[in-house]
Amino acid sequence: MMRLRRIKAIGVKESLQIVRDPRSLMIALLIPIMQMFMLGYGINLDIKHIPLCVLDREGSQNSQDLLKRFAASAYFSVQKTAASYAEIERDLDDATCGIAIIVPADFSKSLNDTGTATVQVLADGTDSNTANIGANYARTVISGFSTDMQTQSLQRKGAVLQTTTPVDIQARVWFNEELESRNFIVPGIVALVMAIVGAQLTSLTIAREWERGTMELLISTPVRPMELMIGKLLPYFIVGLADAAICLVLAVFWFNVPFRGTLSTLFFTTSLFLIVMLCVGYYVSVAIRSQAGASQIALLLTMLPATMLSGFAFPIEQMPAPVQGITYLVSARYYVTILKAVFLKGSGAAELAIPILLLALYAAAVSFLAARAFRKTLD
Amino acid sequence: MTEAASSRIVVEGLVKRFGAFEALRGVSFTVAGGEIMGFLGPNGAGKSTLIRILCGLLRPSAGRALVAGIDITKDPEAVRRRIGYMSQKFSLYSDLSVEENLRFFGGIYGVPRGRIEERLRFAIDMAGLTGQENALVATLAGGWKQRLALGAAILHQPMVLFLDEPTSGVDPQSRRRFWDLIHTLGSEGVSVLVSTHYMDEAEYCNRIALINRGRLIALGTPHELKQRSLKGELLSIACRDIGAAINLLEKAPGVQDAAVFGNTLHVMVDDADRRAPELTALLAAHGIAGATARAITPTLEDSFVYLVGASSPAGEKA
Repeated sequence: MMRLRRIKAIGVKESLQIVRDPRSLMIALLIPIMQMFMLGYGINLDIKHIPLCVLDREGSQNSQDLLKRFAASAYFSVQKTAASYAEIERDLDDATCGIAIIVPADFSKSLNDTGTATVQVLADGTDSNTANIGANYARTVISGFSTDMQTQSLQRKGAVLQTTTPVDIQARVWFNEELESRNFIVPGIVALVMAIVGAQLTSLTIAREWERGTMELLISTPVRPMELMIGKLLPYFIVGLADAAICLVLAVFWFNVPFRGTLSTLFFTTSLFLIVMLCVGYYVSVAIRSQAGASQIALLLTMLPATMLSGFAFPIEQMPAPVQGITYLVSARYYVTILKAVFLKGSGAAELAIPILLLALYAAAVSFLAARAFRKTLD
Repeated sequence: MTEAASSRIVVEGLVKRFGAFEALRGVSFTVAGGEIMGFLGPNGAGKSTLIRILCGLLRPSAGRALVAGIDITKDPEAVRRRIGYMSQKFSLYSDLSVEENLRFFGGIYGVPRGRIEERLRFAIDMAGLTGQENALVATLAGGWKQRLALGAAILHQPMVLFLDEPTSGVDPQSRRRFWDLIHTLGSEGVSVLVSTHYMDEAEYCNRIALINRGRLIALGTPHELKQRSLKGELLSIACRDIGAAINLLEKAPGVQDAAVFGNTLHVMVDDADRRAPELTALLAAHGIAGATARAITPTLEDSFVYLVGASSPAGEKA
């Protein structure tokens, strides 16, 4: 028989302790804001404004036209115009630029004489992803220039030209129209914040009683393990929901991430994920009995997988197959899927039935384990 | 079982093993309603283990115990509702105020809502903390903390109160006041089981259980214990070179036991008047001149030392 009175007494006591413990308060209030700003700004998978150095060995109208196109492109930001090849080498070495464009001295001459010319593109391969994408962007800019040159030259020769492209690609990206990686990342940060706040705070809750010697007295009272667990987790559940609200407000109003789903879906799924995190923290706290140890283990069990294996920033499809298999054991994976869908696609509970069901199963299993973990004995 | 029926606590053959170590080796006793029972014994004797078993914190390895008529292994929660416990280490919440602590325990013990304010008032007054209701417990001095812990333990008016060395580290005046409170509770019918290693405190108990190495070695009123254990008369001998003297005296005729008490020796003899001059002469003959011997009334400490010594294996005096 559970007594509401006892659950309330524990909840009130725990709330007072949260409010009076600077460490808990800091985790509860600062973490969500810090994480949002750190990760919201810090992780940017968009490749824009790649630093570019140019070496124009010719200095003709043509070469300047080409380089102006680079300057005009959002993908590049021209850092400097080098005077020599040696300077370009230096700039690549000290990472002043990631991409260098070298226009040869016979650029116009070669164009006029033979109709073709070569431009050298150097890329800093230490960041292979940026190098690859940068070189591709450069190719696009140059081929655009090339097409225009061709058209002009044909027109000069009096040709009437139909500039039609045989096959035109009209790609439209759905759900994240501007392909902003921020839109893709920010919803997932909510999962990280829940993992940190939920599991970190609760990992201290039982361990603290053991360390301070208050557990012995608590065990001697008629409080039931289930009442203790619910009473202790309830305040953290409320803190977690408040943090989720902070994240939502920051995501929508500060980072301008679209929120197309419903608050009720978000609330329901966030509650499920919070239950998982709170119960993991509680279980660890019961098992470890020391605040420092429990907090470390909780971090390892929740935040690490939530960061690396949830697909929050690093796509699961690009992971090696065995690692992909492991992600199915990570509850954050389901929640991140849900978060992204709710924010960007506006999916409701019906579309998300499978991840929601899996998350619910996870919550049921973890809370069952947590409820059984605590034994009222010193043995 | 008539004794069991009328007793508040019945303990029969209680054994507790921690691995290979036997902390309790078959302890039996009963405690009546309103009785104040003291557990006395050296550190590690098993006092705390016994109290923890009776509070349901540890499971006994063998034996049986009824608290308030309920078997502690069959329905520990029912037992917990009827007891109050003060652990050896102070265990209220230091980051909560006096009143917040009491309200917490009031809620946990399910003190009826209609009575909670009255019980809170009572506990605060009893602890002498009127006007300090909002002070954080961390800021209270030892004696107040102790009385507050007692207040928290009796908020729900338990039938049995377990106090594990409640006054360790508390100044003598506070200790005195604490014992007055315990006697008041006893007179109201609460059975109190209290462990201590202060001899003077043991004298305040109705009965004393002497525990050594997991065994109950004596049980009785303080007066009985003194009478029963000391089958002779006690001499206090002051002299130089106590170490050499005790070796001489232990083997002297008529001496039953000899122990060091501070800077004197307490020697148990068959006849104090006759042995006093004999023993001082013996010491003088062995170069320890100027010894004085006088007959004294045995204290509880004397019987404690004697009984513990007698129950320990030869060669190990407590």
